[in-house]
Amino acid sequence: MSVEVRIPTILRTYTGGQKAVHGDGATLQEVLNDIDARNPGLKDRIVEAETLRRFVNVYVNDEDVRFSGGLSAPTADGDVVVVLPAVAGG
Amino acid sequence: MAPSVTAVLRIAREHVDAMIAHAREDHPDEACGVVVGPEGSDVPTRLLRMINAERSPTFFRFEPQEQFALYKEMSTTGEEIVVVYHSHTSTEAYPSRTDISLASEPQAHYVIVSTAESGASEGSVSVRSFRILDGGVTEEEIDITE
Repeated sequence: MSVEVRIPTILRTYTGGQKAVHGDGATLQEVLNDIDARNPGLKDRIVEAETLRRFVNVYVNDEDVRFSGGLSAPTADGDVVVVLPAVAGG
Repeated sequence: MAPSVTAVLRIAREHVDAMIAHAREDHPDEACGVVVGPEGSDVPTRLLRMINAERSPTFFRFEPQEQFALYKEMSTTGEEIVVVYHSHTSTEAYPSRTDISLASEPQAHYVIVSTAESGASEGSVSVRSFRILDGGVTEEEIDITE
């Protein structure tokens, strides 16, 4: 379990309260699929129809994945993924 | 057992004045920002204006890079977001459906400043505070400390 995924407060109901979970995968999509297997429902809050949800920002090692391939963004041992829901409204 | 929700926002007058000033300056676009404080304290300590990436009279969104930088800063200083504020420029100071569906900081007090009456000038302004949890809105009192 080599990629750390930091979970925002609002999604910790899916991880039993844990602030971070670990997963394996060569891309962000693989990592999310992997952690979703152990934390069901988490992926669906981040991904919709196989694309990143509009108001969720995801960073791999401080880089916004929207600029590095989205769900195809590469991930490797020791990487840190941060999930940050947008602060927005109308 | 559901966590208890504090029914009051205790905040310094200088922060309330700063939010109103920001809302007036950005009118007719929505202004937005945060007041952060020590994690777990529920004490709003320092106010940070945030860029509204939408620059819209009806919508706001924190610039993602700025929000991420704030997140990283707070994790080193042991702070968290205590207040998320934004302005409504032509409607009342009450959470819209969009505000409710996008509320993503469960520990935060959501303060809305309405500049609908006086716009950018000194004059009547409405400031109200809410908790938004699991799609539900609870208005709370604002206790302004000098």
